[in-house]
Amino acid sequence: MSLLEVRDLEVAFHTADGTVRAVDRVSFTIDGGQTLAVVGESGSGKSVTALTLLGLNRGAEVAGTVLFDGVDLLAMDDEAMRAVRGNQIAMVFQDPLSSLHPLYRVGWQIEEAILAHRDVPRQQARARAVELLDLVGIPEPARRVDDYPHQFSGGMRQRAMIAMALALDPRLLIADEPTTALDATVQAQILDLIRRLQGELGTALIIITHDLGIVADLADDVIVMYAGRVVERADRRTLYYHPHHPYTVGLLRSVPGSVARAARLQPIPGQPPSLIRLPSGCRFHPHCEFVMDRCVDHDPPELRVLGGLHHGSACWLPGEMVGTDDDTHRRRSAYAGAHRQTLVGSGSTAVP
Amino acid sequence: MTTASTEPLITEPLLQVRDVRKYFPVGRGLLGGALAEVKAVDGVSLDVQRGETFGLVGETGCGKSTLARCITGLYPVTSGHVVLDGTELTGLSRRRLRPLRRQMQMIFQDPYGSLNPRRRVGSIIGDPFAVHGVASGAERRRRVQELMSLVGLNPEHYNRFPAEFSGGQRQRIGVARALALHPELIVCDEPVSALDVSIQAQIINLLEDLQDELKLTYIFIAHDLNVVRHVSDRVAVMYLGHIVEVARSEDLYTLPRHPYSAALLSASSVADPDEAEQKQRIILRGDVPSPVNPPSGCPFHPRCPKAQDKCVVEPPPLERKDDDPVDHLAACHFPVQPGEVLSQP
Amino acid sequence: MTLTSVETSVTGTEEQAAIEGRSPLQLAWARLRQDRVAIASAVILVLIVLIALFAPLIASAVGWSPVQQDRTTGISPEGLPVAPGSAHWFGTDNLGRDILVRTVYGARVSLLVGVVATVAASVVGVVVGTLAGYFGGWVDVALARLMDVVLSFPFLLFAIALVSIVGPSLAVSVGVIAFFSWASIGRIVRGQTLSIRQKEYIEAARSLGAGDFRIMVVDVLPNLVAPVIVLASLLMPTAIVFEATLSFLGLGVVPPTPTWGNMLADSLQFYSVAWWFVVFPGVALLITTLTFNLLGDGVRDALDPSAERLFSTRRKRGRR
Repeated sequence: MSLLEVRDLEVAFHTADGTVRAVDRVSFTIDGGQTLAVVGESGSGKSVTALTLLGLNRGAEVAGTVLFDGVDLLAMDDEAMRAVRGNQIAMVFQDPLSSLHPLYRVGWQIEEAILAHRDVPRQQARARAVELLDLVGIPEPARRVDDYPHQFSGGMRQRAMIAMALALDPRLLIADEPTTALDATVQAQILDLIRRLQGELGTALIIITHDLGIVADLADDVIVMYAGRVVERADRRTLYYHPHHPYTVGLLRSVPGSVARAARLQPIPGQPPSLIRLPSGCRFHPHCEFVMDRCVDHDPPELRVLGGLHHGSACWLPGEMVGTDDDTHRRRSAYAGAHRQTLVGSGSTAVP
Repeated sequence: MTTASTEPLITEPLLQVRDVRKYFPVGRGLLGGALAEVKAVDGVSLDVQRGETFGLVGETGCGKSTLARCITGLYPVTSGHVVLDGTELTGLSRRRLRPLRRQMQMIFQDPYGSLNPRRRVGSIIGDPFAVHGVASGAERRRRVQELMSLVGLNPEHYNRFPAEFSGGQRQRIGVARALALHPELIVCDEPVSALDVSIQAQIINLLEDLQDELKLTYIFIAHDLNVVRHVSDRVAVMYLGHIVEVARSEDLYTLPRHPYSAALLSASSVADPDEAEQKQRIILRGDVPSPVNPPSGCPFHPRCPKAQDKCVVEPPPLERKDDDPVDHLAACHFPVQPGEVLSQP
Repeated sequence: MTLTSVETSVTGTEEQAAIEGRSPLQLAWARLRQDRVAIASAVILVLIVLIALFAPLIASAVGWSPVQQDRTTGISPEGLPVAPGSAHWFGTDNLGRDILVRTVYGARVSLLVGVVATVAASVVGVVVGTLAGYFGGWVDVALARLMDVVLSFPFLLFAIALVSIVGPSLAVSVGVIAFFSWASIGRIVRGQTLSIRQKEYIEAARSLGAGDFRIMVVDVLPNLVAPVIVLASLLMPTAIVFEATLSFLGLGVVPPTPTWGNMLADSLQFYSVAWWFVVFPGVALLITTLTFNLLGDGVRDALDPSAERLFSTRRKRGRR
């Protein structure tokens, strides 16, 4: 049994302007000790997915099942959920400044996190806080435990957040853009720390990021999200070297210093759609270079590609057309051209 | 102080920066005097050649944005010289500086903050014309709409407000505004940092196309080393207000000489699993020291894996090392050697 | 041309419908129109303004002028005010004057003082606040202290002293009210300007070579419009009450010109025998200030940018 199994998760928010379909039929699993990366741009639904796992989405309409150790988290009441949150599943957020309370000492906040779930004397919780700060590489932890958050640098705050998240030996750690607010050398420190701790503690990790560099570095498996859906899933190497979905390919071709090295970047035209009015058919089709007739009104299911066990892609292109190279690109274009009679709403035409 | 480029040049550089310092006072004493100073830029010299893209990288607080604002005259320098196209800019009054501004424009980081939310896009892009009294009325409108189509915006959206555009489109508005007066030099301060990756590529390509078409010179500031490597001809690495290394981008990325450059490059992530696995990461210890009390000698010595006694005492000059290309300069007493693996101190 | 990228081509019909673009104020107006309380308040205020404008017509229709004393049916044999009836719908006061006509004329004074004082206070407040916030340094220190001094003044004592020297009049009332109101606007404008000054678009304007005056007019002022509208709409009822207070104390408009304040002052001796004498000017004052406050709240909600942030682009598309 997987540690976490998410099946057909759907999250919708009702706003004055209509229903925002933030997450649509998302499924994935993660085993103990594994790292799963959820990649996507703003509005792809990656953060909403994470918050939903922890029951932190107020006012959202949620459907599907989230089995943690075989127990459905979505069916739990608030109290049971609180017992899981922080204890079994912990979360690290993007902005360490706003996640730590500015008026309480760092150590006290870690102690509180422990005392919320464990019936131990405060002295013991404090000793644990010092131990944790040491674990995450805060120098002089016995002294710094009494510092306030503003006395910590950005990188140290993120370390403290990780310490707090690890306080109760969670089995699953969810990190939502944990290094986005940090500088490159500090990011390297934090990623190094996460990797080391994962090795030592055997925690499963879900890392949510837009940074394909972090994913290449850290993940075992990757899912790529676009406009609320999983468009591609694969193990890390397959995803980078044999991507299938045009959106994944587009991402790799638009990032400098990626596997698809080119003198000129190949951006994805346009911008992601509004989650209130999604396009018909495949939701990527208005921006897809390889749009075919069936893409316009038939939403592709996730299909197994490359014959691999875990490589899936929600795209109508033939499963063997994988890769970021120009040759595959031409084959895709030729295939798509042959399966396109009427071009409806393609984004790949210039302004007249 | 050595300049960033000592190569004998056929043409004069477009921009020369000589020993520029910018100190900001912090705190106020009883008599109104400053208690201390933040040494944001502390003796920077560099040359930017016509038509090149000069990258400026460094982490938060290294002074790269302050340097950009000293160059464009937004901040008066504490000392030093900025010479654009043979004209000294430092010490000029605002009135005298104004005509020179036409040659030099800036693109800002925040596509939300850099456009006035209460003004229509046409008026924002037309601002340079209005400020410099270049074109008005129907002529201004025509030229603004030309600029809009040049940067890939629909000219019919002339009367829209910034809130009606996406982040990428807003950055195009900022680019159009910068292009209005046909500047020679554009200082781009983290122009793509706030954008999603797919949109980043659109803006980078736009900037490259415009450079080819309009023969622009860029100073390109970013913290993403992959982006800087992609766009820049030459790159300078800044740390605590100093340039610690400057070189052609291939040279810098092949053999960084300064241990900080090496650490920064090793820390940057690449979207390529094989390369990521091969990478020897240099994990720096600790944090960047305060620019109020910068370390003595080499500013990097407290965190440097190669630091020795000399580094504590003597600030290293920015100079060519061994048989590096003539335009590859590093400020280090003990530069990184080819094949050397930096370990923790 | 090649540079013209695809970004604009995927827009489709919904965006073409809105090529002109709607300003933030237009969007606020669209929100305000959905606020029933604010709209009802606005309608009542328009009625009050119309009544004030056409006060002479109403007077001639009723048949009495505001200062005319009806010595036959307007005063009881005991010399007391007459209750509302067919001759005088709102009754009369102790001198036999028609309270309906006087209340209607009172609206003129209240609105005139309210509008003029508010506009004057807003102009001064915006100018001083903008200068202080924009330039900072010594200018700011001096102007901010000045505002603190004004705000800590005991205004009634000042008003009494002033009136005892120059004598009461409409102009003095307006002057006193404006003088004691601008600083509260100035303070908030200063704060707003301080935050606007930090914005990148101000830096962008500077990097273009724009001068301070141009930046203040073109870039700072438009961003102050929304907060100043809110402040002014909330200042208006305060000014009206302020005027009523001055008149009530005999420091404002000189009798026999009717104002709600001096009518209330006159009614004090008679409230036990002539409820109408108190109630009509009192209710008029209450309704006017209440509707101004409600409208002001509505305007503030409509302009509040924080409510707009969350799904701004989608919301706008949805409305089109």
